[in-house]
Amino acid sequence: MKKLLTLISLVLILSIVLSGCVSQASPTPAPQEPGGAVTEPAEPGGQGRQQVEVFSWWTGGGEAAGLEAMIKVFQAEYPDIEFINAAVAGGAGTNARAVLATRLQANDPPDSWQGHAGQELIGTYVAANQLEPLNFLYEEEGWLEVMPETLIPLISQDGNIYSVPVNIHRANVVWYNPAILEENGITMPTTLEDWFASMEDLKNAGVETPLAMGEQWTAMHLMETILLASMGEANYSGLWTGEFDWASPEVTTALEHFATALSYTNSDATSLTWQDAAQLVVNGDAAYNVMGDWAEGYFRELGKTPNVDYGWAPVPGSDGVFQFLSDSFVLPVGAPNRDGAIAWLKIAGSQAGQDAFNPVKGSIPARNDADRSLYGEYLLSAMDDWASDIVAGSLTHGVVANDSWKTEIDTALGLFLQSRDVAAFQSALVAACASSGPCQ
Amino acid sequence: MRVNREKVISFLLVLPSIAAVGIFIYAFILWSVRVSLSQWKGLLPDYTFVGLANYIGLFNDPRFQIDIRNQAIFTVLFMIGCLIVGLALAILLDQNLKGESFFRSVYLFPMAISYIVTGVVWRWLMNPAQGSRLSGLNLLFDQMGLDFLVNRWHTTPYWGIAFIALPAVWQMSGYIMALYLSGLRSIPQELREAARVDGANEIQIYRHIILPMISPVTLSAIIILGHISLKVFDLILAVAGKQLQLDVPAIYMWQTTFDGYFFGRGAAIGILLLISVAVLVIPYLRWNLKTEESL
Repeated sequence: MKKLLTLISLVLILSIVLSGCVSQASPTPAPQEPGGAVTEPAEPGGQGRQQVEVFSWWTGGGEAAGLEAMIKVFQAEYPDIEFINAAVAGGAGTNARAVLATRLQANDPPDSWQGHAGQELIGTYVAANQLEPLNFLYEEEGWLEVMPETLIPLISQDGNIYSVPVNIHRANVVWYNPAILEENGITMPTTLEDWFASMEDLKNAGVETPLAMGEQWTAMHLMETILLASMGEANYSGLWTGEFDWASPEVTTALEHFATALSYTNSDATSLTWQDAAQLVVNGDAAYNVMGDWAEGYFRELGKTPNVDYGWAPVPGSDGVFQFLSDSFVLPVGAPNRDGAIAWLKIAGSQAGQDAFNPVKGSIPARNDADRSLYGEYLLSAMDDWASDIVAGSLTHGVVANDSWKTEIDTALGLFLQSRDVAAFQSALVAACASSGPCQ
Repeated sequence: MRVNREKVISFLLVLPSIAAVGIFIYAFILWSVRVSLSQWKGLLPDYTFVGLANYIGLFNDPRFQIDIRNQAIFTVLFMIGCLIVGLALAILLDQNLKGESFFRSVYLFPMAISYIVTGVVWRWLMNPAQGSRLSGLNLLFDQMGLDFLVNRWHTTPYWGIAFIALPAVWQMSGYIMALYLSGLRSIPQELREAARVDGANEIQIYRHIILPMISPVTLSAIIILGHISLKVFDLILAVAGKQLQLDVPAIYMWQTTFDGYFFGRGAAIGILLLISVAVLVIPYLRWNLKTEESL
């Protein structure tokens, strides 16, 4: 009897172990040839329908609602393709990108995934030969005519366009509290020097926090807008292509400007999220906050009124430049359902898809032929700027630098926030460009 | 024959776990060592051998120096805090007071909470906002007239990491109390009585009899706390997010590997962490094995 029990338990344990091995091995589908037959062999129990699995980090708030709206447009257009929403929660996609990296290494790519347009995608996935160029789609769909000319190089590498931008956010925006400025007789300054002078006045007038800032990434956000405002668009853009020297005196001046700005920020910055920091402005605790224009959606959520509870302007010195970031979708090499993925990209780049997504998410379409009646006051002003301004890319949000370079800059920035040593910061930035950027 | 069969069966029974541990722990340790000696950066594996370059780079890396300093401050404060609070609670509970089991559970409960939950709660308590936006413990201090206690908590320059030890001690000291309590209970009552007969006062009894007798407990507690402290990661992230000021090697490893794709460097940090844990744990395991053999 005892022997029998031992044997049974042995068999059970072995079967558990074996089933563990099997179920780990099976979900990896054999990678299909690009352009090959799209219909997957019907799985037992499946309906034999086409599928498209789209991976994103849009799981909450306006983002998730916007994605749902765009999925509806997709399903109306392609009723035969089943949409699988493979969204992974986690702020700004940190978790999602780790999950995606694991899936890619296991050779199990989703059919399309979300990524910040620009070098974040190109430096990581194009460098690993995981993305197909999309020039053919841009030509077929006529997207080159409806998207700004200065945008295309920022989302391309060697003439190949690698993603379809769904939305556009602006990074170089100052949000201000109109009441505080009025009380102190300040009109929104247009140069960095005047801006800093106004902060000095505010501080002397007893405003505890002239400039609100949050955790470390919001410091990087502030830094990139000040680099742009201080150096001008051409020099700023040159930093990221290797044409402008990080060791130059212009960078030193820009970093000194950044250090000046930091001296007016709140002492508890490191414990605040971007929402906390932005909220200080509309609550009357701070005069200015530099944040991307998703802050506007947040202010609306708080029930605040544009131009009454908050005003906005380009970061002083960067007027006429639209520092953008964008969520975009890609076509992986070996997408299990390539035709489904292309259908999704067509919707993502279409007027209908973008007009479904953006009003809900609180961003503007990458296309300049949107239906203006759908958008609020701030977004309309952003659309006008998008159509007329020069386009520059954001660092914090993945347009101008690949992830490795960006984390090296982030480390240098973290050290600088503690030491406030401009010279050391600049030499760390020079080293970062040499080790992970285009400077050799 | 029968003995042999039992041996075979028992070997077969442990085989799955040996295989699982062998593959999922030891094989991956070896693989990590290999990765840490490579220049792998980016999504595509690149096993080009670069020797100890990653390790040398780390020791010249100002960020890693901050990490080591933060880790050291945290570990020392966390250990001392847990040992003192744990021992004090254990001695109090050992006085045969009423409702002892109730208090024992109360002090042990924090251990059942995940570090993330503790971190979020303490993030609110240790709100460093100043001026008109006082909140959390600072607001409490302010309203009680204890203004001098209002401080910047974990955002204090240089010493910020010390305040992270606070929630960690809050969470783990109950566990140390339980360890000490079982140690105290194992000391025969006759010893204390004999000491009293010899004229020793209570302090002398603790100092010369009880504390030396529970020193093995202290050793185990240090080992356990030491390796917990090296793995602190979730707590810091929950309290402060990704701030270089409160960086420790575990956070650097995660950020550099998954945000920056420096797989070689990340693996090197992982191996260094493994070595530090091993330095703590291996002597303890050997000592444990010896005492077990001698029993």
